[in-house]
Amino acid sequence: MATNPLGIELDQYKWGFRDPERYVFKSRKGLDREVVEMISYMKEEPDWMRAFRLHSLEVFLKKPMPNWGADLSELDFNDIYYYVKPTERQGRSWEEVPDYIKQTFDRLGIPEAERKFLAGVGAQYESEVVYHNLKEEWEKKGVIFVDTDTAVREYPDLVREYFGTVVPPEDNKFAALNSAVWSGGSFIYVPEGVHVDIPLQAYFRINAENMGQFERTLIICEPGSSVHYVEGCTAPIYTTASLHSAVVEIIVKEGARCRYTTIQNWSKNVYNLVTKRAVAYRDATMEWIDGNLGSKVTMKYPSVFMLEPGAKAEILSIAFAGKGQHQDPGGKVVHAAPYTQSVIVSKSIAKDGGRAGYRGLVKVYPGAKGSKCAVRCDALILDEHSRSDTYPYMEIEEDEVAVTHEATVSKVSDEQLFYLMARGIKENEAMNMIVRGFIEPVAKELPLEYAVELNRLIELEMEGSVG
Amino acid sequence: MTADLIVRDLHVAVEEKVILKGVNLELKKGEIHALMGPNGSGKSTLANVLMGNPFYQVIKGEVLFKGEDLLSMSPDERARKGLFIAFQYPVSIPGVSFASFLRTAVSARRGYEKELMPISEFQKLVREKLGLLQLDPSILTRYVNDGFSGGEKKRAEILQLAMLEPEVAILDETDSGLDIDGVKVVAEGIQALYERSQGNLGILLITHYSRILKYIRPHTVHVMFDGRLVVSGGPDLAEELDARGYDWIREQYAVVTAEIQETGAVRRAGKVFWVQH
Repeated sequence: MATNPLGIELDQYKWGFRDPERYVFKSRKGLDREVVEMISYMKEEPDWMRAFRLHSLEVFLKKPMPNWGADLSELDFNDIYYYVKPTERQGRSWEEVPDYIKQTFDRLGIPEAERKFLAGVGAQYESEVVYHNLKEEWEKKGVIFVDTDTAVREYPDLVREYFGTVVPPEDNKFAALNSAVWSGGSFIYVPEGVHVDIPLQAYFRINAENMGQFERTLIICEPGSSVHYVEGCTAPIYTTASLHSAVVEIIVKEGARCRYTTIQNWSKNVYNLVTKRAVAYRDATMEWIDGNLGSKVTMKYPSVFMLEPGAKAEILSIAFAGKGQHQDPGGKVVHAAPYTQSVIVSKSIAKDGGRAGYRGLVKVYPGAKGSKCAVRCDALILDEHSRSDTYPYMEIEEDEVAVTHEATVSKVSDEQLFYLMARGIKENEAMNMIVRGFIEPVAKELPLEYAVELNRLIELEMEGSVG
Repeated sequence: MTADLIVRDLHVAVEEKVILKGVNLELKKGEIHALMGPNGSGKSTLANVLMGNPFYQVIKGEVLFKGEDLLSMSPDERARKGLFIAFQYPVSIPGVSFASFLRTAVSARRGYEKELMPISEFQKLVREKLGLLQLDPSILTRYVNDGFSGGEKKRAEILQLAMLEPEVAILDETDSGLDIDGVKVVAEGIQALYERSQGNLGILLITHYSRILKYIRPHTVHVMFDGRLVVSGGPDLAEELDARGYDWIREQYAVVTAEIQETGAVRRAGKVFWVQH
């Protein structure tokens, strides 16, 4: 029987269901037309969505694998279950969760109920009450925040109008895959002029399938509205599935503002291949904040297409690659209108032979006069076995623009370590301080509790890196 | 009472080049020693090697700090035991706020193992020290030495000295790169800390110029030359150096080195002496 790197027997525990009888539905391994039809049928979807899925499957099958970026040669599309409909998020018992995951929860101080949820064991999450109160408030203002499957059923017109318009299936092989087999994810609609003050957090949505492999998120900000969506968490997301391929589409209309924060710490067997894109209209602002810690491979380049004058984009990312990990994050900004502005800040850390870097594109179309773009990518390498790669692509087709690019690759300097140690600070703590300082420009943009957890997590990852 | 810091026949090399060629020094708490000498004589090397900078290799000699073998300790152990260095060129640590750095350092020095010292206690302490040194609290929210002017860096070092309350402090050219007013501010801060320590702070004040000694009166003045302490004296020695420069030491040193080749004993030429071990 196949065993994955976590020592969990794959065939038995795939999807976290111990007992096959408890599946409501489980597709067979592999992907073809029948599987996609079955998914759509099980979800009782309208015809247009089924057609969308089937079309996407065609695109997926035709598209070649990307021949750039991380090594994906070990990814076997035929060895994956593309859809399992859970009765509830239960079935795996706490005892079966690997010790190292439990220990990490312990050291992060994650509350008991939350641990079970994160480990895919518990069905309930303690903040249910909080969630319901918030939900009432949102609903009064006309805000919709549901999982995307529910949205297709309850708000079909809205979904149909925007779904697949920002990231069409033709975009790339993994976007096509997601479009064919997607399940779960968040759907958010913020009406004109409405400001959602409290960040919407994905893990308030209990019993939803948001922890799935192929989630699909769609956010629509009507003119003058604002929202902050927070997804994921810094605790390790334990999954026995090896591929996570999500699509996130965001539409930010005139004068609106959207911030999307992700901190992900997938278990280290996961290929994390995500397409995230936003379109920003006149004077709209889109901000991506993206932290990538776990996973075996991450390829993720949040992008913003600035389509009308005055649109702004900000992409902040942190990547941490340890042993056996390849983090290939980055960002993409497209200036398609005059007086658009963008900032990309990327911070990557590599240790114990890990690879982390930055891959980005700055595209300025002819006529996008007066646009500004600043890219800064910094890499910190903690030992001589680790590696950082920077691929900054620039396609500037307009003269009247200001584009700057700064890149640094540094090692933790002996001078900095000595300075801190000369103040009585132990070597490992000194190293942690330097790393924390390195990511600070991005970490300070996170909600406080996330920033705190991120720092603690990085400290855990850093352990043993000091000889 | 034996001295708190005892340096015996210390030889130090940097990348095969021998810089210190047998330094001897004794310093007690409550004393201020000035260490002077021309550029390149090895003053900063001595400071760094005492603090444990791994860039320097000790090839011979020993150092006792409060009776213990200093050279076997890591830099952080030395600091926690009460040794301090104010760096000549403090490095910046981007992204780390001065407040969190100070709190971590003071907690380490005061023996907090798992947690940091309580925030209220820390704030009380830092407010007191800022007041004593007449520093602007805005420094606390800035990143450590990042974008600091030369003067700010030196004042920040003295703030760390104040916070950590060491027993022996080495001040490595804390007056360099400052204008007259800057020297005065920093020197008055050091003097204030020294007075408040009531005999519990020993200072090794490394300086190229005697101007700082107008504000801080040393008990002893040493002159380093070619990796050795070749002249020691009272405060008047500093004034003499100020008036005459280092040339006369260079000349006398040449006489001593010539003689020592033959006899191998204590030699003296004018004020310059050299004990051959």
